Amino acid sequence: MSKAQDTEINGRQEFTITVYTENQIGILNRIAIIFSRRKINIESLNTSPSEIEHIHRFNIVIHETEEVVRKLCRQIEKQVEVLKVYYNTNEDIIWQEMALYKVPTDTIAERAPVERLLREFGARAVVIRKDYTVFETTGHREETDKLIEVLQPYGLIEFVRSARVAIIKDSEGFNAKLREFERREPGQDVIENEYLDKEKNVFSM
Amino acid sequence: MNTAQEEATTLTEPKKTVSISGSVALLEGLIAEGTDTIFGYPGGAIMPIYDALYDYKDKLKHILVRHEQGGTHAGQGYARTSGKVGVVFGTSGPGATNLVTGLADAQIDSTPMVCITGQVFAHLLGTDAFQETDVINITTPVTKWNYQITDATEIPSVLAKAFYIARSGRPGPVLIDITKNAQLQMFDYEGYTPCDHVRSYRPKPLIRQEYIQQAAEMINSAKKPFILFGQGVLLGNAEQEFKTFVEKSGIPAAWTIMGAGAIPTDHPLNVGMLGMHGNYGPNVQTNACDVMIAIGMRFDDRVTGRLDKYAKQAKVIHLDIDPAEIDKNVKADVPVWGDCKETLPLLTALIEEKEHTDWLAEFRAFDKTEQEVVIQSELHPASGEMTMGEVINQLNELTKGDAVIVTDVGQHQMVACRYAKFNQTRSNITSGGLGTMGFGLPAAIGAKFGAPDRTVVAVIGDGGFQMTLQELGTIMQSGIDVKIMILNNRFLGMVRQWQQLFHEKRYSFVDITSPDFVKLADSYSIAGRKISEREDLTSALTDMLNHKGSYLLEVMVLQEHNVFPMVPQGSSVSEIRLK
Repeated sequence: MSKAQDTEINGRQEFTITVYTENQIGILNRIAIIFSRRKINIESLNTSPSEIEHIHRFNIVIHETEEVVRKLCRQIEKQVEVLKVYYNTNEDIIWQEMALYKVPTDTIAERAPVERLLREFGARAVVIRKDYTVFETTGHREETDKLIEVLQPYGLIEFVRSARVAIIKDSEGFNAKLREFERREPGQDVIENEYLDKEKNVFSM
Repeated sequence: MNTAQEEATTLTEPKKTVSISGSVALLEGLIAEGTDTIFGYPGGAIMPIYDALYDYKDKLKHILVRHEQGGTHAGQGYARTSGKVGVVFGTSGPGATNLVTGLADAQIDSTPMVCITGQVFAHLLGTDAFQETDVINITTPVTKWNYQITDATEIPSVLAKAFYIARSGRPGPVLIDITKNAQLQMFDYEGYTPCDHVRSYRPKPLIRQEYIQQAAEMINSAKKPFILFGQGVLLGNAEQEFKTFVEKSGIPAAWTIMGAGAIPTDHPLNVGMLGMHGNYGPNVQTNACDVMIAIGMRFDDRVTGRLDKYAKQAKVIHLDIDPAEIDKNVKADVPVWGDCKETLPLLTALIEEKEHTDWLAEFRAFDKTEQEVVIQSELHPASGEMTMGEVINQLNELTKGDAVIVTDVGQHQMVACRYAKFNQTRSNITSGGLGTMGFGLPAAIGAKFGAPDRTVVAVIGDGGFQMTLQELGTIMQSGIDVKIMILNNRFLGMVRQWQQLFHEKRYSFVDITSPDFVKLADSYSIAGRKISEREDLTSALTDMLNHKGSYLLEVMVLQEHNVFPMVPQGSSVSEIRLK
């Protein structure tokens, strides 16, 4: 079943889950097993320090129904070292994946269409050596996939792509979003529930 | 005890640093957390902690179990009767893997525990060292939190965090794995500071007054309201608040097996047990009520039966401390997030004092039917072999409902939960969510340590008893007083019942032979008796209860007897079968 059909028939669609956690050994496993326990495949996973010191941000992409995603998010948020979880559809976010392509330099030098194609795809050269050149591009999955297809006839040697990183369109940063989320969901009066730890410059709950 | 406390205070006084080992720091921390009993088993990687324990024998009681699984169940039993955190020690490798069943049981039944495991030296981690196992990753799915310590300086703060997490919010098991080098390491100890805040962890969701209001309005306008309560009432120490709520509202209340005893069995508004083998009325009325008020329960599939035919006509008010439980199985119309000790009084204040006489009478009418079709013959059989129900009923007569009843898992468990009388809270100790056979005997040991002044009766089947019977050794050595009652039907009865009802009586590997349990008990210096005649029942139970010290009573019961009523798997609660 194609993903489009799946969406049509089962109501499943792509969701990007954003998780803010403490930087703690083992938290990746705690989060990962919430999906694997339910036999849900993680399509893409990125984790990296967030804009707030000591707090990491995960981006997790799965193909599921909103009801399942909501329950998953509550289970993730229940983990002791998880601060906050959000889920968004593709309409709610700006996202990118980065891809690297290694191609033989002589082909690039000799065959002009390649250079033109790279320009069309907004790629840039990261490394140029006698034997190979590494190009980099960012975009959605289809865009980076398309460039593989295009480069294949010119002797693509190696390809790698990052996980999705996503910015939530209506987010005003974690701090602001946290407050907003608190107001809408768990409590009407959130003042006592969250406060900025001035020393550490992070929100505490 | 006084000197012990004085010494502990000296060490725990802040700012005075003393050089102590990680092991000593751990024991000091346990004392500061109010731990008095540890269930454990030593081994290579936890030896420094046991060496330190040698000097703490007067302050910390260590109970040597016969298997680490028994240690965890004892810790659970202790936690359930005392309301305190159960503490369990085990060594690395097999010691740690043996904890997994108990941790899983504690996780699903929200039992506060702190388990300490020894681990190989930090420099050996990942080298497949002797008795090394990746206990953190093995136990991640079955713990509320776990952490590996490789440096002794972390011990006080991590232990404080562990206790805080284990007992706050929705309680659960926590495991701390301590490498041997950290146990041995000397460091400057600055005293023990209990933890009351972890920034990424919010034990209780905020209470929303608007939902309390909505819930109250819904309750006030309800014609056929129905309360379902679970262990959350006990875990929140909210029995009094709950009773006040029930009595003011006049609403019939039914319990999950984990919630049994939150209000006394014979309370006029207690209408009985929910679920697969629960009472007739509560199950049928689930699909007749107009407002369902679920308090501290999680709509387990054994309670709900078929979900798409579960209480579809009712508005659902769900009170729970764990936001992940709201809408998980049953969609709530009004989610009352929060600790029921706080939310119940708020709700009670807003509801009208009522009596639902006609509605309650409907429950009592179902009771009458159940009494005639099921209970009469179960509790008062005229002839033939004894039934499990009549044994429990006779036990009630003698204990008057004051005993702690610990059960294992299976038919006897359902019968005990159905018929045992509970006058007070924290009296029904059973493995609910995980359904762990072998839970009963070790849990009873822990239950007695947690409630030393109460009579503890372990009701166990012949199958489950053989899973952890080595804990008779723990009973012998600790000299504890636990009454063990084996209801022997020579079958793995619950599976046999299903095979009879749903597999054309193809009894596949359910006939189980047993040793001479009385002789077995005797070899552990535990008195015992075996009976198979009805006329001996009362005297045998009396002897058991009056005996000074532990006692094993084996009662031979009807072999092919089924627990009814029953909601067959895949059926709706209102399709409950009486036979």
